[in-house]
Amino acid sequence: MSLQDKDRIFTNLYGYQSWDLKAARQRGDWDDTKALMARGQDAIIEEIKASGLRGRGGAGFPTGLKWSFMPKESKDGRPSFLMINADESEPGSCKDREIIRHDPHKLIEGALVAGFAMRARAAYIYIRGEYIREAQVLEAAVQEAYDAGLIGKNACKSGYDFDVFVHRGAGAYICGEETAMIESLEGKKGQPRLKPPFPAGAGLYGCPTTVNNVESIAVAPTILRRGAAWFSSFGRENNKGTKLFQISGHVEKPCVVEEAMSIPFSELIEKHCGGISGGRDNLLAVIPGGSSVPLVPAAEIWDAPMDFDGLRAVGSGLGTAAVIVMDKSTDIVRAISRLSHFYMHESCGQCTPCREGTGWMYRVMERLRTGDAAVEEIDMLQQVTKQVEGHTICALGDAAAWPIQGLIKHFRPELERRIAEHGTMREAAE
Amino acid sequence: MADRHLEPDTEELRARWSGFAWTKESAARAKQLIAHYPEGRQRSAVMGLLDLAQRQIGAETNTQGWLPIPVMEFVARELDMPIIRVVEVATFYTMYNIVPVGKFHVQVCGTTPCMLRGSDAIMDACKKRGMHKGHTSSDGLWTLTEVECMGNCASAPMVQINDDNYEDLTPERLDAVLDALAAGKAPKPGTQEPGRHTVEPLGGPTTLKAMVTSNFDYRKEW
Repeated sequence: MSLQDKDRIFTNLYGYQSWDLKAARQRGDWDDTKALMARGQDAIIEEIKASGLRGRGGAGFPTGLKWSFMPKESKDGRPSFLMINADESEPGSCKDREIIRHDPHKLIEGALVAGFAMRARAAYIYIRGEYIREAQVLEAAVQEAYDAGLIGKNACKSGYDFDVFVHRGAGAYICGEETAMIESLEGKKGQPRLKPPFPAGAGLYGCPTTVNNVESIAVAPTILRRGAAWFSSFGRENNKGTKLFQISGHVEKPCVVEEAMSIPFSELIEKHCGGISGGRDNLLAVIPGGSSVPLVPAAEIWDAPMDFDGLRAVGSGLGTAAVIVMDKSTDIVRAISRLSHFYMHESCGQCTPCREGTGWMYRVMERLRTGDAAVEEIDMLQQVTKQVEGHTICALGDAAAWPIQGLIKHFRPELERRIAEHGTMREAAE
Repeated sequence: MADRHLEPDTEELRARWSGFAWTKESAARAKQLIAHYPEGRQRSAVMGLLDLAQRQIGAETNTQGWLPIPVMEFVARELDMPIIRVVEVATFYTMYNIVPVGKFHVQVCGTTPCMLRGSDAIMDACKKRGMHKGHTSSDGLWTLTEVECMGNCASAPMVQINDDNYEDLTPERLDAVLDALAAGKAPKPGTQEPGRHTVEPLGGPTTLKAMVTSNFDYRKEW
């Protein structure tokens, strides 16, 4: 059975109604948050663990487990911090923006209960710099929550002191990587740190820190209110819950929509997006989880369940559930080459394989786009992606490699065709 | 990011900007931003203060604003940090303009989701009006930049102009927005698609329809 409206968490997703505290309360936010907190830290973490919630930022790490890594008491007086990753910059992803501008109180309430559960002193919400109006809404919502006594000293009259601060980024994709985000918040260039130490041991200002995605935090209060069994009644085993899907590209009606995990690709597209532009037969390929995951050809994606395991089974991933649809009018080589340009632009410059490799890969991709290359260069490019992947501090190198690997795996004949065509034209010209 | 260069540090630049100081409003905001971080961690506010300085300069020069070296030095003094650390931050993050820009900074998203929905035509429409990528028009009105994914993929293609996004664009819709801005008007931000509210499917939402007309409380159906 498909997901019903009463089971959707983000009821003001489209912003038809006000984001403000009064309206949010009417929708059920901040309803006796004190009672949620009174269950105790460990009970909250256990409930989130039992719900099967996996991180919504792309990696899919179990959220409750992540929270449990935080120290239960400070042995040396260091405070703990919660950082909320609102640096949504993965091409195709546009869900956190809707939460922040239309339902910010879900996020702020989530920050309080999650921060309380992990015994944090404060939450920093790191919002990408380009979300200017969204940050203004969020800051105003935080102020409303302070004014109403929901956060700050004795938050929700729970006896627990908890601050929420908004930190604005300034245009760097890499700050979505958790340790780069910590560096950035400390007032430095956003260049990732080596792990270990992991943030739960030494993160922001050297203190225990957990970094969670906006959606992971914003769903927590509803999970606590409705129970782990409710949340885990959606989706397949190991892929539980509801999820915001963002469909862009060649569908009749691109949109953001909350659906049950594991919904088949075809159902998602036909029910909410008016189908593929030009019909199902016109579908070429899909990037199902944001630019960092490999593309999947039409035949393999159509019946695939949209969840972590279902998309891994077709050689890709759920990522942020940013579904980029490409029909047969797409210049597929250019589509991937443009992503290579993105990674070149966003490489932080710290690790040589990524700094040099992303630019090199983009330049070869551009030659493959026009066919101005030798057939052997396809294999060379494939090998170089393997040399970048896994040889950098953070996953940006991997993310730059995977789309190209996906292209070569599924569209090698197209690359060869362009090279052959270009060669024929050159011979004719001579 | 490697192709970003600071505006040369000349005597004229120093003469113009070494006297930079916060306005009363900026000073209050700066204090508020610094208070977000623990004592002794004031450097965390460098991003906020650079943004604030850029905005103040924007208001003074009737542009989007930018960051001359003497202003970066001012921020370094405010936060008691070495100037090079401020310059590193200002050059690393692309939203800090390190050279002067025009009144309207037209930032066309060109990443794949926008590209699939026609960002080439949006870029061409800008060029047709005399804009060049990476340059400011001679009348000082427009600076054109191609930017990477802005997170508006379900309402692509889009441009961000200063603080507002204009989404679901066609060349004609973009022209209407730019004409309005040039005429000193404030065009409606957000989607330019008639009948679309935000990121629901065009023609009306397929879910949560009760929310369209009232602030519906779904808890009674739990």
